[in-house]
Amino acid sequence: MKTIHLPASDEVIRELRVGEPVLLNGVMVTGRDAAHKWMVETFIKKTREPKGDDLQVYEELKKLLNGGIIYHCGPVVSRDENGEYRFLAAGPTTSIREEPYQADVMKHFNVKGVIGKGGMGAKTLKGCQETPGVYLHAIGGAASYIAQSVTKVLGVFKLEFGVPEALWVIEVKDFPAVVTMDSHGGSQHAAIDEASKKVLEELLAKPY
Amino acid sequence: MRDLTNEIVEFIRRTSTDLPKDVEERLRAAVEKEAPGSAARGALETILKNVELSRQNSTPICQDTGTPIFYVRYPEGWSTRKLRQMIRDAMEIATQKSYMRPNAVDAIYDKNTGNNLGGDDFPYIHFEEVDADEPLTIELMLKGGGCENVGVQYSLPDNTLGAGRDLAGVRKVVLDAVQKAQGQGCAPGILGVAIGGDRGSSYIKSKEILFGKIGERNPDPEVAALEERLTQEANQLGIGPMGFGGQTTVIDTKITGLHRLPASYFVSVSYMCWAYRRRKMVVKGEEVIYD
Ligand code: SF4
Repeated sequence: MKTIHLPASDEVIRELRVGEPVLLNGVMVTGRDAAHKWMVETFIKKTREPKGDDLQVYEELKKLLNGGIIYHCGPVVSRDENGEYRFLAAGPTTSIREEPYQADVMKHFNVKGVIGKGGMGAKTLKGCQETPGVYLHAIGGAASYIAQSVTKVLGVFKLEFGVPEALWVIEVKDFPAVVTMDSHGGSQHAAIDEASKKVLEELLAKPY
Repeated sequence: MRDLTNEIVEFIRRTSTDLPKDVEERLRAAVEKEAPGSAARGALETILKNVELSRQNSTPICQDTGTPIFYVRYPEGWSTRKLRQMIRDAMEIATQKSYMRPNAVDAIYDKNTGNNLGGDDFPYIHFEEVDADEPLTIELMLKGGGCENVGVQYSLPDNTLGAGRDLAGVRKVVLDAVQKAQGQGCAPGILGVAIGGDRGSSYIKSKEILFGKIGERNPDPEVAALEERLTQEANQLGIGPMGFGGQTTVIDTKITGLHRLPASYFVSVSYMCWAYRRRKMVVKGEEVIYD
């Protein structure tokens, strides 16, 4: 299986094709609904004034996301006596909710990969081609298993969004995922959606 | 009336971290149907490793610990007010212990309460009285958000699908629901289907029926046949585990009926993900039995 080290280069990303399983190593950042809305409104479309530590976090994110990965995940986190965080359960959340934002975020921060579940739509697929980047599918619900590949929680931003919605900076070792959207316009999700639609039509045409 | 808070914490822990055996067995059987080396098989193998690991380490099977849905059957004379308090206290403790993720978000002010308690409806608790000499039983289902989002309600007739007000029409809309869900609900899934009722009661029933065991059939032979047929036809769609393509998209289908108004014919489909977390605890005198 192919191992990818983060940050990843354009060449490494362009080599990846739909269907390929990979193991990810390095630093990534979790972000889901609140984070995407906040990033786009505050820093990309600028329809909202930065507040509090927004600009500071922005500077940090620019470094972390350049060549990096966003993971759609709202983890279960524990904190020990020394204040150290640990991920206990950390599977992917449904990605399609970030469809309005994802391509813009990828291009703005030069994000090379988005991990989630369920796949994303045409706008993100185009974003994958332009950035270039890939969409990586993790196994939905395999939360304890995936949490084991999170070796360290390096920090957290925007904890005021709540634990699931905060941006967690994590170090991972051999994080398992499958490429389901590549930088060449390939999408396994579109292919399966189409094929299953055909079967559905046949089934609906059958008498009861 | 005894205090059961600690027992309910343990009950929540089991529900969140220990997948019921009937579900695990079906997932194991599904692995064998997928081609070696395929993404679908890999997904199921990872799922099963995760199930073992969660059980071993007492960590949540899935980080989305879902909407907690409690069904409480209490013997006559018990106080539902006190039972509700015990359940709520237990939920808070279970969240502190990281068996549950803080999952209650105020929809208007967009704030997570941090303790899985929100208003009167979170967690959702349904009470029903039984005879005084019967035991207290509590059932709990953790219904994940990803699969909840692909749940859908149809109002029949549905012209686009050519679905009329009969079981033939029900079949059509349920298959449509599975096709639309793709892998988004963390397939392979389990379908809870309620026919009739109003919009509210219909959706509630479509979840309630998911408390049943896998393979349990509707007593009406025609409905039972439709349950089997829907599972089989849904699998012909080829969506597969996680939507990676493959043989198993749906593990089981459960259908129930309600009375409806002459004007309405709703079909509600609740999609349950493979992380089908539902358990029962029974309190008989001093004894507490977990299933
Ligand atoms: S749909 Fe189920 S398995 Fe998937 S992320 Fe949600 S709770 Fe977990």
